[in-house]
Amino acid sequence: MVENRPFMTVLTHAMMFLAIIIVLFPIYIAFVASTHEASDVLMTVQGWFGSNLVENYTSVLQSGKSTTGGIPVGVMMWNSLIMALGIVFGKISISIISAYAIVYFRFRFRMVFFWIIFMTLMLPIEVRILPTYHVVASLGLLNTYTGLTLPLIASATATFLFRQFFLTVPDELTEAARVDGAGPIRFFFDILLPLSRTNIAALCVILFIYGWNQYLWPLLITTEKNMTTIVMGIQAMLYVPDAVNEWNITMATAILAMLPPVAVILVLQRQFVKGLIETEK
Amino acid sequence: MEKRVVFKNRWLPYLLVTPQIVITLVFFIWPAGQALKQSFFIEDAFGLRSEFVRFGNFIELFSDPLYLNSLKTTFIFSVSTSFLALSTGLLFAVMADRVIKGATIYKAALLWPYAVAPAVAGVLWLFLFSPANGILALTLKSLGYNWNHVLKGGQAMVLVVIAASWKQIAYNFLFFLAGLQMIPKSLIEAAAIDGARPAKRFWTIVFPLLSPTTFFLLVVNVVYAFFETFGIIHAVTQGGPYKATDILVYKVYSDGFIGLDLGGSAAQSVVLMAIVVTLTVIQFRYLERKVQY
Amino acid sequence: MANVTLKDVYKSFGKNEVIHGINCEIKAGEFVAILGPSGCGKSTALRMIAGLEIITKGEISIDGKIVNELEPADRDIAMVFQNYALYPHMTVFKNMAYGLKIRRMPKNEIKKRVHNAAEILELTEFLDRKPQQLSGGQRQRVAMGRCIVREPKVFLFDEPLSNLDAKLRVQMRLELRNLHENLGITSIYVTHDQVEAMTLGDRLIILEDGHVQQIGSPLEVYERPATRFVAGFIGSPAMNFFDVRLSADGRLIELSGSDSLPLQNGAVPGYGGQEVSLGIRPEHFKIVKDGDGAIQIKVDHVEILGADTLVHGHAGEDNTFLTVRLPDIHHFQKGKVLQLAVPPEKLHLFDKETGKRIEN
Repeated sequence: MVENRPFMTVLTHAMMFLAIIIVLFPIYIAFVASTHEASDVLMTVQGWFGSNLVENYTSVLQSGKSTTGGIPVGVMMWNSLIMALGIVFGKISISIISAYAIVYFRFRFRMVFFWIIFMTLMLPIEVRILPTYHVVASLGLLNTYTGLTLPLIASATATFLFRQFFLTVPDELTEAARVDGAGPIRFFFDILLPLSRTNIAALCVILFIYGWNQYLWPLLITTEKNMTTIVMGIQAMLYVPDAVNEWNITMATAILAMLPPVAVILVLQRQFVKGLIETEK
Repeated sequence: MEKRVVFKNRWLPYLLVTPQIVITLVFFIWPAGQALKQSFFIEDAFGLRSEFVRFGNFIELFSDPLYLNSLKTTFIFSVSTSFLALSTGLLFAVMADRVIKGATIYKAALLWPYAVAPAVAGVLWLFLFSPANGILALTLKSLGYNWNHVLKGGQAMVLVVIAASWKQIAYNFLFFLAGLQMIPKSLIEAAAIDGARPAKRFWTIVFPLLSPTTFFLLVVNVVYAFFETFGIIHAVTQGGPYKATDILVYKVYSDGFIGLDLGGSAAQSVVLMAIVVTLTVIQFRYLERKVQY
Repeated sequence: MANVTLKDVYKSFGKNEVIHGINCEIKAGEFVAILGPSGCGKSTALRMIAGLEIITKGEISIDGKIVNELEPADRDIAMVFQNYALYPHMTVFKNMAYGLKIRRMPKNEIKKRVHNAAEILELTEFLDRKPQQLSGGQRQRVAMGRCIVREPKVFLFDEPLSNLDAKLRVQMRLELRNLHENLGITSIYVTHDQVEAMTLGDRLIILEDGHVQQIGSPLEVYERPATRFVAGFIGSPAMNFFDVRLSADGRLIELSGSDSLPLQNGAVPGYGGQEVSLGIRPEHFKIVKDGDGAIQIKVDHVEILGADTLVHGHAGEDNTFLTVRLPDIHHFQKGKVLQLAVPPEKLHLFDKETGKRIEN
C-alpha cells in the first residue's frame, strides 16, 4: 500500500469486517439456534441466545435426536475421533517409511513403487466408490473402524511431503551417522524422525481435519447406527418424513461436528498453515 | 533428484514400502481397475451374468439426457463455485495484505471455514435458507422475493454454490495472501512512481504476478467442486429438486448405490477418473516448470 | 593408532574411472595430507578409506586388516566433515556421545570421555547448547570432539577448515597441530590449500586428476617436485616456467639470445638438444650487476608487500611472464630491465610431454 489514504484504510477495515461477518454469520446463527427450544426455532428467527444451551447439548450428546432413533451424538463423535486419529496415525506412519525407503535406498522396482504411490493422487475415493466398497465388504470390514480408516490412508501427498523434506537433509549428516555406527533403522529413529517433527505436526493438523470431515466413505460402509460418524450423522437428522424438524438439535449437532477441527486450527494455526502450504508444493 | 548417500540393505526398503503399496494396490489400484473393467460390461440384476458391451455403457451414458444434465449441472456448479470462491478469496487477501494492524486476527478469523466439513457447511446454509424459518429466506420474503429452494431448481443451485464457496474462501484466501506477500514491494512502488493508480497497479502488475497462484488455486477449486462437494449435495438437496443439483459425483453414488446400475455407475466413475487424471497432469506439468525437484 | 595401507586402489563411477591407482603406506601416528585441486579425487580417496565409497579395485588395510568389505562403523575410524555434519536437534554433549551410545558404552564412561574431549577443545561451557547456537569455529571443534571421544585408530578430515574465515583458519591449524602432537593418532587430512597441507602434514600425497603426483614430506615436495604439476602447485607465488632448449651435449640450458645457464651436475643424459620445461621459484632469483646476469627481465609492475617485493615482468624472445620475489622494498620503474641470476641447484627441469622431473 503505497499511498497513505485514510479513506482506503477505513474501507479496507470495513471490508475485512464484512469478510468476517460473512464467514462467521452462519456459525453464529447456528449456535444461537442450538440454544433454543425446538418450537422457538420452528417458525421464527432467533437473533439472540436462548436458555436451552446446556439442556440441548447434553441431550444431544447423550441421546441424540429421538426422532431418528436417537444415537447419542457423543457416540458419533467418538466414532469420528477414532476414524480421524486412525487416519492421522495411519497415513503418517506408512507415508514416512515409504518416503524413507524411496529416498534413502536403491532397490529394484523403486521407481515402479514410486509411480504406484503417485497414482493415488489421481484416484480420490469418489471415483472408485463401488469397487472399493466391494473390496471392503468382501474383506468383512463393513461397519468396522478398520474399514473406515484403511482405504483412506494410502495417499501420495504425505509421502511426497516427506520425500521433499528428506531430499533437503544434508548427505553429510547421514554419513556422519554411518561413521558413528548408526544403521538405517537407528538413523531413521534417532535423526530423521526428530528432524521431521515440524512436518509431522503440520500433517497431523491437516490430516485430522481431513479424517474428521470424511462424508462419502463413512456413509457407504456404515449401516449400523452406532458406527455413524458425526459428520454423516447430521444428514440423517435432516430428513425425517413424518416428524417435525428439530432445527435446534440439528444445529447443536452441527456445532459439535465443527468443534474439534476448528479447535485444532485455532490452537495449532501455525502448523495448519504450514501444512497446507507444504502439501501443495 | 537423488541422494548420494544410500544404505545398502537388501530387504529393508521392501519392508518399508510394503504397507503403503499393499494398501494402495488393494484399495486404490484394484478397485480402479475393477471400475474400468465393469464399465465395459452390463451385469444383470443378480450379478449372475455379465455381457461385454465394449463402449456400450459409455455411448448410453453420453446419450442419456440425465447424464448430460448432470454434466451441465456440474459445469455450472464448479464454475460458479470456483469463481465465487476465488474472487472473494482474492478480495479478502488483498484487503488483508494492506492491513498491518490486526492482520493476524483477520487471518485467524477467516481461516476456520476450512475446518468445516462440506456437509456441515451445507447444513448451516440450509438452515439459513430454510423456507419456513431460515433468517435469509425470511429476509428475502420480506423483500418480496419468494425463496423456496426445495421447489425451485435455480435457487437450489444458488444455495449449494454459496455453501460450497463459503467453505473454500478460507483456502483461497490463505494462498492468495501468501502469493501477494511474495510480490516485492519495490515493484509496486516503482509502478506508483510511474504514475499507476491502485486499481491499475493491481490489474497490470499484481494480478499477472499472481497468476501461478491463481492457476494452481483454479485447479484445486475445480477438483474441490467436482469431488469434495458430495457431502453438500447429499445433505442438502440430494441432487434435486428434479435433478437441478445432480452433479457428477453425486450421480455416481445414486446410480450405483441406490439405483444399483453397476455398469453405468462404473462408466461414470471412469469418466470422473479421466477428468481427475487430466486435471492432475495439467497441474503437475504446469508446476514442474516452476518447481525444482 | 594404526597404519593405513593403500594398495593399487582404483575407483570408477560406472564407466568413468576417477582414481587411477594409489599406492601408499601411512605409518602409525603419521599426519598425512592429501592435497590437490578441486576434482582431483582427494575426497573420493578419503571416503574410500572411510568406507563411504566402494573400492572398485585394490585393497585398503587399517592396522594390517583389509577393510574393503567393512562398514565405516566397523573400521574404527572417525571423520570430520567439511560442513561438520552435526546433528541439529541434539545438544553438543549428545552429538559427541552419539557414536559411543550406539556402541553401548556405559553411561559414566561416555560422560568421562565427552567431558575430557570438551576440556581439550574448550567446549565445556557449550555442552548443553545446540549446534545452531554456536559459531563456525565452535561447531568445528564439536565435530572434532565427536572424533576424539571415539579414540579411533585413524582420524579422517575432509577439508574441515574451508568454511572458516582466514584468521580462524590459522588459529585452528595450530590447534590441530597441537592436538595431533598430544594424541598421536594416525591422521589423514584432505585439503586443496597447500599452506594447510605444508604446515600440518608429516607427508603429503599430491593428487591430480586421480593420479598420484608425488608422495613426500613438505620439504621434499618443495625442493624436489616430482612433476611439473607439483612444482607449480606448491609454493606461492607459483613457480615460473620457461620453455627452453638444452645444448647438444646436455650441459647447458640455452635461453633466448645467446645466454645460457649451466646445469648443476653436468649433463642430462638423453635430453641433449631437446626442448624441456624449466622451472624457477620466484624467490630464487638474485639481482646481479650488469653483464653478469643470465636472464634479463623487463619490469611490468611491482607489488610492494613490505617484507618482500613481487616484481612481475617478462623475459626472453617469447615474452614469458614471470614473477620474482625479492626481499625488502624495491622501487622499479615500469620498463626497467633487471639482470637476474639463479643458482644452478635451484633449477628444475621437467620433461615437456610427461611433466616428470628430469634429474640432473
